[in-house]
Amino acid sequence: MTPRLGLVLGALRADQQADRVVPPSGFTAQLTSFTAGAMAFLAVFALALSLASGRLAERWEATLKDTATIRISASDDQIAVQTAAVLAVLETTPGIASARALSMDEQRALLAPWFGPDLPLDALPLPQLIELTETPLGDLDTEGLRLRLAAEAPGAVLDDHTRWREPLVRAADRLRLLGLASIVLILGAMAAMITLATQAALAANAQVIEVLRLVGAQDSYIARAFVRRFSLRALIGAAAGTSLGLLAVTLLPGVEPAGAFLTGLGFQGVTWLWPLMIPPLSAVVAFGATRAATLHALGRLS
Amino acid sequence: MITFNEAAYSYGGGELLADMSFRLLPGSFHFLTGPSGSGKTTLLKLCYGALLPTAGSVAVFDNDTRLLDRDAIAKTRQRIGVVHQDCQFLDHLTLAENVALPLSVSGRNMAEELANVADLVSWVGLSGQQFSRPPALSGGERQRAALARALILSPDVILADEPTGNVDWEMSLRLLRLLVELNKMGKTIVIATHDLNLIRTVKSQVPTRVLRIAKRRVQLAGADL
Repeated sequence: MTPRLGLVLGALRADQQADRVVPPSGFTAQLTSFTAGAMAFLAVFALALSLASGRLAERWEATLKDTATIRISASDDQIAVQTAAVLAVLETTPGIASARALSMDEQRALLAPWFGPDLPLDALPLPQLIELTETPLGDLDTEGLRLRLAAEAPGAVLDDHTRWREPLVRAADRLRLLGLASIVLILGAMAAMITLATQAALAANAQVIEVLRLVGAQDSYIARAFVRRFSLRALIGAAAGTSLGLLAVTLLPGVEPAGAFLTGLGFQGVTWLWPLMIPPLSAVVAFGATRAATLHALGRLS
Repeated sequence: MITFNEAAYSYGGGELLADMSFRLLPGSFHFLTGPSGSGKTTLLKLCYGALLPTAGSVAVFDNDTRLLDRDAIAKTRQRIGVVHQDCQFLDHLTLAENVALPLSVSGRNMAEELANVADLVSWVGLSGQQFSRPPALSGGERQRAALARALILSPDVILADEPTGNVDWEMSLRLLRLLVELNKMGKTIVIATHDLNLIRTVKSQVPTRVLRIAKRRVQLAGADL
């Protein structure tokens, strides 16, 4: 066993007498529990946000990655001709798995969320949409296709969704990173608060430390009493905060197709296990913060 | 056991103790005298590594205290029982738990030592108080409890700083009897006191040396006592 591992295991080992040498410190103990609980509660939401953003990015990426749309704007007598020309071009273009012109009903359905179901499409000069799906190989030459369409059907415009898909995916990815960064900040803030609480406890127990040193206590023994106490407090507080956070997430509205992002803020499947990492992680953070603060203070007091 | 070699201690720019050279041999009984503020407590603290000499050296069990790290000093302290005049305790623990504290600190098995704790508490005449909290004890009881705590690890050296300062003469004699008994068991005893009657009482029972601090230096006294 390495000395460092021995140090950590020694600090975690239960020693009833060592645990009791520090008197119960109501205020700092409650402060630690509350801080850990509040931070864990926030961490659950940050994690939910991060996971939801990740799912959103993946969905946008996966849903639209292999598809493209061709929009044909032409006069009424030209639109059928150009549609046929475009479909002919697409049939001979490598990298395209399928292509089809959308019917009037399908175009009406696409516009319904904005204009309502009774839209008189016949009276509007709408372009003809052609939906195409790329092969899984992804070897479609979009620039080459654009040039061919310009030559064969001047009113056709290829939209491979890159223009608006990439910023959305990028935004979702950044939101995910922001969520993860929030968790790191939350843990850092918790470490800072627990360090302050530890220092307050050490200052309040200066006489205890003096007595312990008088009877030959090594720094590791003195630190152990504080470290175990604060780590356990953080673990208990974080467990309570995580439970409340999970309950709050559970009570959020369910995922609805039209609800998009906000109603998807939650955990799905195995991601429900991720928040369970928060209490032990909080205890580890408290352990490190308390140990560092205690040993630093004991060094200063010597 | 403890050797001072031209040791000095300065504090706040002034020299409190200077040019101290003497040895505390195993099984010896020493008194440390001197007026208030002469540096008796400081000298005792130099003996158990709570303070380090600013010049010269102090060797405890053949180890130069200036070369020991904090953990090594703590280990050394487990071989030295210290009784302070103000007798600090952990007030939230019982008397017996306070007496047993050095056992926990040194990693001994508490379950195996419970009988020793009870015996020691009884030996200092506090068996009826072992479950009392320190604030409920009288001055004399606190002194005896501190002595019991200092002895629980069966240290080689016992340092007592004005151990009879807060107790009446009868209790002083009782404490002295305990210390003399320990000395007869081979323990090295050092008592800092300005009470000459106390010194005379002990000198009549066991061989003692008296170290007097005067003008920042330690001198061997005796003829005038």
